[in-house]
Amino acid sequence: MSTLLATAVGVLYATAIYLILRRSIVKLVIGLVLLSNAANLLIFTSSGLTRYAPPLIPEGADMVLNGVVADPLAQALILTAIVIGFGVLAFAVVLIHRAYEVVKADDMDQMKDTDT
Amino acid sequence: MNMPNQPDSLILRVTGHFLLPLLIMFSLFLLLRGHNEPGGGFIGGLVASAAIALHLFFTDVQSARRLIWLDPRDLLGWGLTIAIASGVIAMFSGLPFLSALWTELSVPMFGMLKIGTPLMFDIGVYLVVIGTVLNILLSLAEAEDA
Amino acid sequence: MLYALLGGFGVAALAPWLHQLFGRHSGWALAVWPATLFIYFASMLSGVNDGPVLIRHDWIPSLGIQLSFMVDGLSLLFALLISGIGVFIVAYAGRYLEQHQDLGRFYAILLAFMASMLGLVLSDNLISLFVFWELTSITSYLLIGFNHEDAAARRSALQGLFVTVGGGLALMTGLIMLAMVGGSYELSALLSQGDVIREHAWYAPILALILLGAFTKSAQFPFHFWLPNAMAAPTPVSAYLHSATMVKAGIYLLARLNPALGGTQLWLTVLGGVGAITLFIGIWLALRSTGIKKVLAYSTVMALGTLTMLIGLGTDIALSAAMAFLLAHSLYKGALFMIAGIIDHGTGSKDLRDTGGLFRAMPITAVTASVAALSLAGVLPMFGFVAKELLFESVLSSAAFWITMLVIAGTAMTVAVAALIGILPWYGKNAATKKTPHEAPPALLAGPIVLATLGLLFGLFAPLVDERLLGAAVSAVAGSSVTPNLALWHGINVALGLSALTLALGLCLYFWRDKFRHYTRFTDTLAKAGPERGYDASISWLVKISAWQTRFFQSGYLRYYLLIILLTFMALVWTVMLIHWPALSMGINLQGIQLHEYALVFVLVAAALAAARSESRLGAVASLGAVGFTVALLYVMFSAPDLGITQVLVETLTVILLVLVLFRLPGFLRLTSTALRLRDAMVASAVGITMTCLLLFAADARLYDSISHWHVAQSVPGGYGRNIVNVILVDFRALDTLGEIFVLALAATGVLAMIRLRAEDKSR
Repeated sequence: MSTLLATAVGVLYATAIYLILRRSIVKLVIGLVLLSNAANLLIFTSSGLTRYAPPLIPEGADMVLNGVVADPLAQALILTAIVIGFGVLAFAVVLIHRAYEVVKADDMDQMKDTDT
Repeated sequence: MNMPNQPDSLILRVTGHFLLPLLIMFSLFLLLRGHNEPGGGFIGGLVASAAIALHLFFTDVQSARRLIWLDPRDLLGWGLTIAIASGVIAMFSGLPFLSALWTELSVPMFGMLKIGTPLMFDIGVYLVVIGTVLNILLSLAEAEDA
Repeated sequence: MLYALLGGFGVAALAPWLHQLFGRHSGWALAVWPATLFIYFASMLSGVNDGPVLIRHDWIPSLGIQLSFMVDGLSLLFALLISGIGVFIVAYAGRYLEQHQDLGRFYAILLAFMASMLGLVLSDNLISLFVFWELTSITSYLLIGFNHEDAAARRSALQGLFVTVGGGLALMTGLIMLAMVGGSYELSALLSQGDVIREHAWYAPILALILLGAFTKSAQFPFHFWLPNAMAAPTPVSAYLHSATMVKAGIYLLARLNPALGGTQLWLTVLGGVGAITLFIGIWLALRSTGIKKVLAYSTVMALGTLTMLIGLGTDIALSAAMAFLLAHSLYKGALFMIAGIIDHGTGSKDLRDTGGLFRAMPITAVTASVAALSLAGVLPMFGFVAKELLFESVLSSAAFWITMLVIAGTAMTVAVAALIGILPWYGKNAATKKTPHEAPPALLAGPIVLATLGLLFGLFAPLVDERLLGAAVSAVAGSSVTPNLALWHGINVALGLSALTLALGLCLYFWRDKFRHYTRFTDTLAKAGPERGYDASISWLVKISAWQTRFFQSGYLRYYLLIILLTFMALVWTVMLIHWPALSMGINLQGIQLHEYALVFVLVAAALAAARSESRLGAVASLGAVGFTVALLYVMFSAPDLGITQVLVETLTVILLVLVLFRLPGFLRLTSTALRLRDAMVASAVGITMTCLLLFAADARLYDSISHWHVAQSVPGGYGRNIVNVILVDFRALDTLGEIFVLALAATGVLAMIRLRAEDKSR
């Protein structure tokens, strides 16, 4: 399965990068969302995929009984990454909106010349 | 408010009215059980803020603000303060910052409850997440109205 | 010990204020500090005969980092010279720069330099040694460029800084490699590891790097050019930097590391050869110069070459000669530089040709100068004579023939240079000077008199100096107990004959100096094509290259920055992957995948492609939603319920956010040509393939055990929670989470600020 997901991660990266290379700033935002999904999925896949063994310990037990459990550390990492990704996206979106209001252009090449 | 696709449906408004308290209750439930079952401060906070965001769709910003009797900016501050305070508590016992401390509490109807600074920390996370999302969404929505 | 060092920086910081407090007596007042240090170091003298004294202070105890100092004969000799000569330099500067408005600043830098220099020679730890080494470069930069309104001073200061700091970079690499080979960062431990280090395959690179550092600092050929240029500094600085401190730092390092690195054929050839060449070139240029300070500076180059050569020879007698020569040179060179300042101060002339007959106006200075010059020439009862005899003996016994010849020629020319300084300005016809010559005040004379007298006394009581001061130093350099046997009279032997010969030759050269200058004009053209031009050329190339690369990389277009980052990333990743290609295996395995999993991944890929190709904002946002929810499903299917829930919620909020903002922006435009789109598509695909390959390789390679097992095992007993992910977030790694919620709060604050700003704009 990791082979299949690795391919999907590759496609996500490719599309995300294609989008952030555009001049249109809206496409940049969409690329960013795809990029954070791609990165999360990359970490998730590389931590090893486990079916039907969430990192939860049954009540009354001290440890996971059969010993096999999905990697909780990677999950903790991704969980915060998802939320922070949202925060950063919101920041980027508002920044872009603000820039658009000032420059009145969606084209980043026109924004380039506004630095003084 | 003028959402681009503003629904003006009675059904939505009524269900929303009843859904909201339920969702907030649910978010608290998720927060409190998070240490043992799926859930926790991040998820609980997201559910609560999604609930209020939903409320935005069928009322307006002012009523959404009234709904959360705290300014979302204060939520950020309180959240961070609680999270840091939970870490400082351990320092009074001579332990490093953010060491977990636990105590057992007997609560009627629930039996013995384990209460500890990680739970307090999670509450801080919960508040910061709500504060962040609401700050962003409300101020954007207000800007739209303006 | 720590207070002795750090106190120096403290006094330096207070110096401007103390200067205000003591007014025109500030020089003497501040000289109390180095005098105290001198007494402190002198009190340690008797202790080091039994071996090095190690002093350790905990710096960051939790990381096991210590500030450690080693006091042995060598470091103590240097410490005494630095603090002792420092006393007179500070007092001298107080008078010499009396009229200067920035004297307070000067004291501060000078004392900071002194403290750095002491730290350098007393450090036991290689890293702190390097830090102090760089501090001396920086403070000497400030000292040389003290008259910062003068363009020449700025240029010289910068040149000195570039050359020494450039060498410092090499030195740092060399020291780290040395520590890796020797297994310790403590000098005291490394010095006994000599056999291991010399046998190691890295020996040659380590030696090359460390020598580069030492040679640039100590102005060895071909880096000798910065030193005479550093004469742009005020005279007290020249006197200090060139007698006992800055330029001797490289010599100190060579001597210090001799037990660890020395004794090989490579060491002998490089140090002996470079030292001899530097010696000869230095004295040649000294004889051809006419500026008083220039002559002295080039003769310093000669002395540094001699020291390098002697350390390179490495025999017991050569090391004894090196230490004796070092001491003698520090004494007479300090004195002579201060006298050069007195001449400048008293007559206003800086050139030997403008002086003459000054004896009548300043007799004390003249006698002092002559005594110091006698030591420079190595004439009989002076300490310089003792050092020179040892120099001859060691060269005769162990150096190559051409080195011996260079030394003999150099020594003869040194005699002529000594005569230039010790005779020419003082006797003979009165020269017309800008100012009426007058005798110097005590603050200026104290240093030269004491140092020159010491040069005489040390010569008369050479065995005592040997026993009390130099014996321990030579033993420290040799790494074993050595008795130098210094004596004024070694009997009638070849060395004595050579002394007489060089003295005679030197005096001839002095009397026919004008003819010498005339017939050796051709070397000026050579000197012009010398290393300094190489330095200038490399600096101008550096400027050109940086201008070009700034234009190239800092284009201002986001996509070009991204392209450069992505292409670099891929180049690095593929280089590593291709190097390890045979050992890599792709974990391709398509077994056991269920139909719904295929379908899910298909939806994911299709949605991502749709998002990329979409021509409308709504379509793109919808595709994004599809991607997000599919990823959430994947999380749930592969045992990550918390991630699934979080992803769904965030996806919902993202859509709300995009709806709120994105539709206020204009629709998509096709801004780029098809060719460019094709190029971007190719780069993007290449990155995608790279990531897939990386992931496939990574899936099969597990180099380290996962640390998750600990978290799984400790979750209930240590964290009292059954949801391991949550326990990690709020307990085990709570500090990380705290940082993350701070980031969230910051992002929200940023958004608020941007919107608030806009509201204010509108209301205006």
